[in-house]
Amino acid sequence: MDFSWIFPYRDLILQGAFLTCLLLVISVTCGFGLAIFLAIAQVGKNPVARWLAKGYCTFFRGTPLLIQLWLIYYGLGTYLPYVPGLRTSFLWPILREGLFFAALALTLNFAAYQGEILRGAMLAVPKGELEAARAVGMSPAMILRRIWLPRAIRIGLPTFAGEVVLQLKATPIVFSVTVMDLYGAAYKIRQDTLLVYEPLLLVTLFYVGLTFLITQAFQKLENAVPTRR
Amino acid sequence: MRTEKHAPALVVSDVHKSYGAHKVLKGISLSAEKGDVVSIIGSSGSGKSTFLRCINFLEIPDCGSFRINGEEVAFRSGRGGKSQPANWRQIERLRTGLGMVFQSFNLWQHMTILENVIEAPVHVLGVERVVAIEKAEALLAKVGLYDKKDAYPAFLSGGQQQRASIARALCVDPAVMLFDEPTSALDPELVGEVLKVIRGLAEEGRTMIMVTHEMKFARDVSTRVMFLHQGQVEEEGSPAQVFGAPTSARCKEFVAAGSH
Repeated sequence: MDFSWIFPYRDLILQGAFLTCLLLVISVTCGFGLAIFLAIAQVGKNPVARWLAKGYCTFFRGTPLLIQLWLIYYGLGTYLPYVPGLRTSFLWPILREGLFFAALALTLNFAAYQGEILRGAMLAVPKGELEAARAVGMSPAMILRRIWLPRAIRIGLPTFAGEVVLQLKATPIVFSVTVMDLYGAAYKIRQDTLLVYEPLLLVTLFYVGLTFLITQAFQKLENAVPTRR
Repeated sequence: MRTEKHAPALVVSDVHKSYGAHKVLKGISLSAEKGDVVSIIGSSGSGKSTFLRCINFLEIPDCGSFRINGEEVAFRSGRGGKSQPANWRQIERLRTGLGMVFQSFNLWQHMTILENVIEAPVHVLGVERVVAIEKAEALLAKVGLYDKKDAYPAFLSGGQQQRASIARALCVDPAVMLFDEPTSALDPELVGEVLKVIRGLAEEGRTMIMVTHEMKFARDVSTRVMFLHQGQVEEEGSPAQVFGAPTSARCKEFVAAGSH
């Protein structure tokens, strides 16, 4: 085994690791925000919103992430330059990068799965607790903010942990749209040094380590509100 | 809000409610003066819980008129000839004045007992947090749960949870307390501690409407008893009258069956 390449390639590896983490954090946080709206729309009374949210979740869960990514990168990416004023705007340096499209695709995909899970979690909140909230005079918005969502998120936590881990493992796909994430770094090292296994071993270790951190963090969150099972 | 001096705390009249073709309530009326303890009894399916839940609009009555704490509830006609509250803001405001205690406690599981009790004062009424905590701690002490204030509901016994939920209902200073079979979900040995708390409230002169299966308790603490049968008031009067000398045959049967 030859690991002598680690030191010369340390910047590439660290940058790749950084991009992987960045994509994970962006897609999980933004995706979760979007998922809240998707879940509320699905349990809500407005038929149009419910239909739209359901359609969204079905579409993004029913198509491969790779195809979504390519549709967004090659499709949307081709048309963006023709949007008037966009090329000269301050956003352009971000919008022309593969990273932007990668983050967008991962976010939209994560939101679809998360929205569906959160919908289930919201339905799992005991009706009586929502009734108790109505009975003390809370408005529907306050019930959502103070009781329904916080309660649903806690119910869904064990599942969310799994989703975030799955999301981490979905990130290497962004290498296909020129983003030099951790897997991209390993690929580059292989091309340069003709070593196949060692770079892959290194990134494997990294993914396992990150997964461990994610599960630990969620364990802490779950323990914050003790429940008896 | 105008409060008349001798205004009844609650006047509800001619409440109808049906689910599809099934008529659950066929014109029930109830009025309670301040300090009244009205017990609603009857066999299951008689509509007593539905009626109680209509009072704070957890169930929307098909029609009826409601005067809560001197304020008339505004209605508009909705679909299928059934009426709807005209203004949900008003309903939300009135609900705060009606402290509800549920059969299954319904404490918010993601909050500690203290957080459960201060939730409505702080977030619905806008009471300052320190003030609410002080009050909540006093109420928890009163129901004998001060040492459990930082525990989560799941770690409490049923009796403790129900006492906590009574404290939660009391913390907004409701004009009327509504009890929906508060002891029916409890193990027999835990019923006593909850009834003791409710009895204490009755002795304080709280206005209370209580759906219950505890006949002896209803007889002891009530100022008035209503016996419901198939969605109608079959018998109504003082406890001595309803339990001691009921005129309706069904009430006689029911009371006799409940007393052994």
